[in-house]
Amino acid sequence: MTTTQIPVAEGLFTWPPDESTPLRLIGSECTGCGLVSFPAASDCVRCASTESKERLLAERGTLWTYTTQDFRPPSPPYDGPEAFEPYAVGYIELPGELLVEARLTEPDPDKLRIGQEMRLTLVPYTVRDDGTEVVTFAFAPAEEEAS
Amino acid sequence: MTEAVIIGVGLHPFGRFTGKTALDMGADAVRLALADAGVNWPQIQGGYIGSYEVANPDAIVARLGLTGVPLRGVFNGCATAGTSVALAARAIETGEHDLTIAIGLDKHPRGAFAADPSVAGIPSWYGQTGLFLTTHFFGMKINRYMHDHGISHETLARVAAKNFGNAARNEKAWRRTPLSVEEILASPVLNYPLRQYMYCGPDEGAAALVLCRADQAHKYTGKPVRIRSTALRSRRLGAFEVQSPSFPVGEVVASPTVDASREAYERAGIGPEDVDVAQLQDTDAGSEVIHMAENGLCKDGEQERLIAEGATEIGGRLPVNTDGGLLGNGEPIGASGLRQIHEIVLQLRGTAGDRQIPGTPRVGYTHLYGAPGVSAVTILST
Repeated sequence: MTTTQIPVAEGLFTWPPDESTPLRLIGSECTGCGLVSFPAASDCVRCASTESKERLLAERGTLWTYTTQDFRPPSPPYDGPEAFEPYAVGYIELPGELLVEARLTEPDPDKLRIGQEMRLTLVPYTVRDDGTEVVTFAFAPAEEEAS
Repeated sequence: MTEAVIIGVGLHPFGRFTGKTALDMGADAVRLALADAGVNWPQIQGGYIGSYEVANPDAIVARLGLTGVPLRGVFNGCATAGTSVALAARAIETGEHDLTIAIGLDKHPRGAFAADPSVAGIPSWYGQTGLFLTTHFFGMKINRYMHDHGISHETLARVAAKNFGNAARNEKAWRRTPLSVEEILASPVLNYPLRQYMYCGPDEGAAALVLCRADQAHKYTGKPVRIRSTALRSRRLGAFEVQSPSFPVGEVVASPTVDASREAYERAGIGPEDVDVAQLQDTDAGSEVIHMAENGLCKDGEQERLIAEGATEIGGRLPVNTDGGLLGNGEPIGASGLRQIHEIVLQLRGTAGDRQIPGTPRVGYTHLYGAPGVSAVTILST
């Protein structure tokens, strides 16, 4: 049996990812000055151009900083499961592109390290009443992926 | 240009006041400030009033007197009170009014601030997936700062212990129980490396300041406090700010606090070395550490030694948050910065009681920082 999965929002990452379209975050690049944005933005905060083109962002980067979320965030807007499990969040530096904020798959701060290699993945952050998993983007320690 | 001075301050206690409205707290604060200044409400020619929770804070005139006074509502995130006092001062400096008031009041529900991300111009998924928390930013900013500048967990706990200790000497503070460094380090982690007792909480309270032209101050007080400068700055591209789904790489620029601080020092003709007492935005213990450097009061990394030496304690070389700061008082957003200025005025008058810093302080400094990347600085002197 396969569980139905849906993305938390359209246009945030390639969906559904497969061999021909691997998982990538969908950003944008200003056609005026080249500034990279995520999520994709038509208005440029550097040169005020209103023209941009889609740009798929790098799937690997380094952890710039992080923290943990050890209490359930207020709902709304949070719509994660009632049974709360702590998670971590951080900024991942995608070289030459931008720093992106994301959930991290590793919740233990002692297993995270500023500067470590991270790799893009997806996490089912909540399950709807009908069993549908809602997925969002996250970053995982790259060495963990390799092992 | 005419200079504005503070001739009266009023503070309603900060905390929880079941059954009392924010407007009633605000009216109490105004009456205290008027009495302190020795003026009556009908003499007030104009004012600025800030609140996050109260839709029409100028409804306060129904409690004070319907004099027709122009009272302008102000909201600018956690920098709201800095904006109110700047505008009240500007009305005097430009000659619009001779006697103005700045008022702040708020009554927040318990727990972390919650809002619809769309009001901050942020997409829904950011809130749904659990990223839309201001506390994340504070955890991540101090984590990176500790990594870069060698700040220890013990230093964070010392800052919190100092502020709760100062609040214990302040009858108007909310959190008046002193906590030891060990107790603070034993409290649960909320957002690594920040623990429960390293965060301030939203609460309730109000404050007011009466301002007048410097050349008329003698009519009211022998100890006016001069507003030497006010500055407000928003974030620039590349700065690491609260509620940012992403930010550019390789464009590292200073925070709006650094920009506001530099402008305020320049306009005042006063340097960081002249500051005798400071009130810095301590949303969390890490913020106080970072803001010491961002406001020019020390170099990055020097905090580790300064705090260990007790330099920021009452009686230290540079007392910070002598009334307990946000950690000890909580944060009713509209009033918070006026509470900071209230404390500086008491310190410069020499009437801060158990919290009075030694010597004859002449220069006081206040600083606010909030979402989505805005900072306000006010420099005061005798």
